[in-house]
Amino acid sequence: MQAHRALVSKLLLVALLMFGFGYALVPLYEVFCEVTGLNGKTSNTPAAMLVDGVDTSREITIEFLARPNKDMPWIFKPEIRRMTVHPGEVHVMNYLAENPTSQFIVGQAVPSVSPGQAALYLHKIECFCFTQQQLAAGKNMLMPVQFYVDPALPAQFNTITLNYTLYDVTASWQPETQIEKIGE
Amino acid sequence: MSAITSEHDDHAHDHKPSGIKRWLFTTNHKDIGSMYLIFALLMFFIGGAMAMVIRLELFQPGMQFVEPQFFNQMTTVHGLIMVFGAVMPAFTGLANWMIPIMIGAPDMALPRMNNWSFWILPFAFLILILSLFMPGGGPDFGWTFYAPLSTTYSNDSTALFVFAVHIMGISSIMGAINVIVTIWNMRAPGMTWMKMPLFVWTWFITAFLLIMVMPVLATVVTMVLTDKYFGTSFFDAAGGGDPVLFQHIFWFFGHPEVYIMILPAFGIVSAIIPTFARKRLFGYASMVYATASIAILSFLVWAHHMFTTGMPVFATLFFMYATMLIAVPTGVKVFNWVATMWRGAMTFEVPMMFALAFIVLFTIGGFSGLMLAITPADFQYHDTYFVVAHFHYVLVTGAVFSIIAAAYYWLPKWTGYMYDERLGQLHFWCSLISVNLLFFPMHFVGLAGMPRRIPDYALQFADFNAFISVGGFLFGLSQLIFVWVVVKCARGGEKATAQVWEGAEGLEWEIPSPAPYHTFDTPPVIK
Repeated sequence: MQAHRALVSKLLLVALLMFGFGYALVPLYEVFCEVTGLNGKTSNTPAAMLVDGVDTSREITIEFLARPNKDMPWIFKPEIRRMTVHPGEVHVMNYLAENPTSQFIVGQAVPSVSPGQAALYLHKIECFCFTQQQLAAGKNMLMPVQFYVDPALPAQFNTITLNYTLYDVTASWQPETQIEKIGE
Repeated sequence: MSAITSEHDDHAHDHKPSGIKRWLFTTNHKDIGSMYLIFALLMFFIGGAMAMVIRLELFQPGMQFVEPQFFNQMTTVHGLIMVFGAVMPAFTGLANWMIPIMIGAPDMALPRMNNWSFWILPFAFLILILSLFMPGGGPDFGWTFYAPLSTTYSNDSTALFVFAVHIMGISSIMGAINVIVTIWNMRAPGMTWMKMPLFVWTWFITAFLLIMVMPVLATVVTMVLTDKYFGTSFFDAAGGGDPVLFQHIFWFFGHPEVYIMILPAFGIVSAIIPTFARKRLFGYASMVYATASIAILSFLVWAHHMFTTGMPVFATLFFMYATMLIAVPTGVKVFNWVATMWRGAMTFEVPMMFALAFIVLFTIGGFSGLMLAITPADFQYHDTYFVVAHFHYVLVTGAVFSIIAAAYYWLPKWTGYMYDERLGQLHFWCSLISVNLLFFPMHFVGLAGMPRRIPDYALQFADFNAFISVGGFLFGLSQLIFVWVVVKCARGGEKATAQVWEGAEGLEWEIPSPAPYHTFDTPPVIK
């Protein structure tokens, strides 16, 4: 019986660890995707300004796409459809957002880069997707993204498509005023 | 405790409470094994009835009998019941019945937990099946419950689905722990690791797979539950999650799961073939190593279910080659079974017939699996009836045929009577012909592009689908013969000898038939 108990507790421990491992897969997956650039995910943290020079020998076409999620009533468009850049050049590009409804809505943009492997080489210095965006009823705004293409971009890529899907996150939004009140 | 024991000693050695209490409170591995097997048979027919609804609707193009949403519920619950309610409990039942006898142990190591792991199972399936009658219906997102189908778009019964899966998982984990502890600690003296029958070996490895991956299934259903009801966003891109992550976690469980449903089948076939070929199993050690390698490789191939999600080329190549590598240990097994039969004095009783059909048809299922493993080809086959044909060849003519073979093989040991050989042969031939009418044409409609899980289809698939449905109805009816054989055998017939089969070897054939209620209270001597 004693031998059973020792073995049973070890096996139960394995089962528990595997249950935890399932949850651990979530951050592992995030880190894995960010490090490898798989899945077309771009980094959610601002990139440093590039100090190295601009590679004028190459031209990369950047295509901009925007898509509000089907439950998101905002009008959401890129200012221009595509631009040609040299690797290393810093550019600013604006997205237009308009809230045509009569309600205050908070949006969160989620970026996706295609081809996925190019995501590692598209650096954003500033992006509206880093934070949640708020628009009162009937208002509109320009949302900038400041970016550059890494000169180390492998030669097989000459077009990068940057897509933003915009989600309505009003339901889970917490106004900063509330947070301040809790602080007091 | 000692007082009770001595009181028992005065009675017949198989003293047990009468009526329903015997079954509710039993801790006897044979009773629990029988209950698992009967439960699995019942679930096989309930899941089968759902398959009949699916085939009825697909008999003709257009919508005839059921609503699309109900059709989706049928495909979903059919899959869940067959995987978790029929195949897995049937294997657990066989393990309960046979493992203690095969290793010369008096019972399973943890008899009370054994009782518990069986008795929570009916409640899991009660919850799952009753959810079909809720307003809005039962789960309708496929047995793989991909997010966001199971989160954003699922109906109110999803919580019940999650709890049912949790209970099934707990039951499986407890069963697996019991198997490992029994095999590890309770082998009779002299029953060394490499003397264990292969059924024991394959179950031992399966049990490790179970305790490794059933908790991961529990994780992923819990994430679905919190995503749907508690505002987390593991799989919701708006909240920073990723629906593709669901598929990774699910298939990390899902691929070892398919080996959980086939490794014990390898053990069964490795017991039956030597008996009826009257030769020792060829390559025993290589069988053990092949089983272990399949189990290890099963953790490295999950993303071959996900080639169309847009993985980078390197990853698809890795998963493609890793998947193809599994064909090597599987090939070793098929080779060993064939080599066992080579120049054997073969006879063709029903268990042997099902085992032979298993080898041929499982190999067909394995080959279509290899076709699916080829990444560029998979883009065409993905989510078509070709996939349905593949996994029904490995699960129906593989796992289910092996379970039926095992039932025929050990039925005389369980009941003490020989089954009706003529009826058994009838069952075999009806099953063999109808199962191929049912699943073989699915390869063709799948290659031609018929998608799975859709209640309607393009007109050019009409003839094949009518054919498939007829095969399905015949296969369903053929299984009634099996019930007839089992009931008839339980009620009487020609007395079975202890050895039952002329070429049978092993501890289970040294005890009388039917097996006494308590066996090996004193450990046997292993030669």
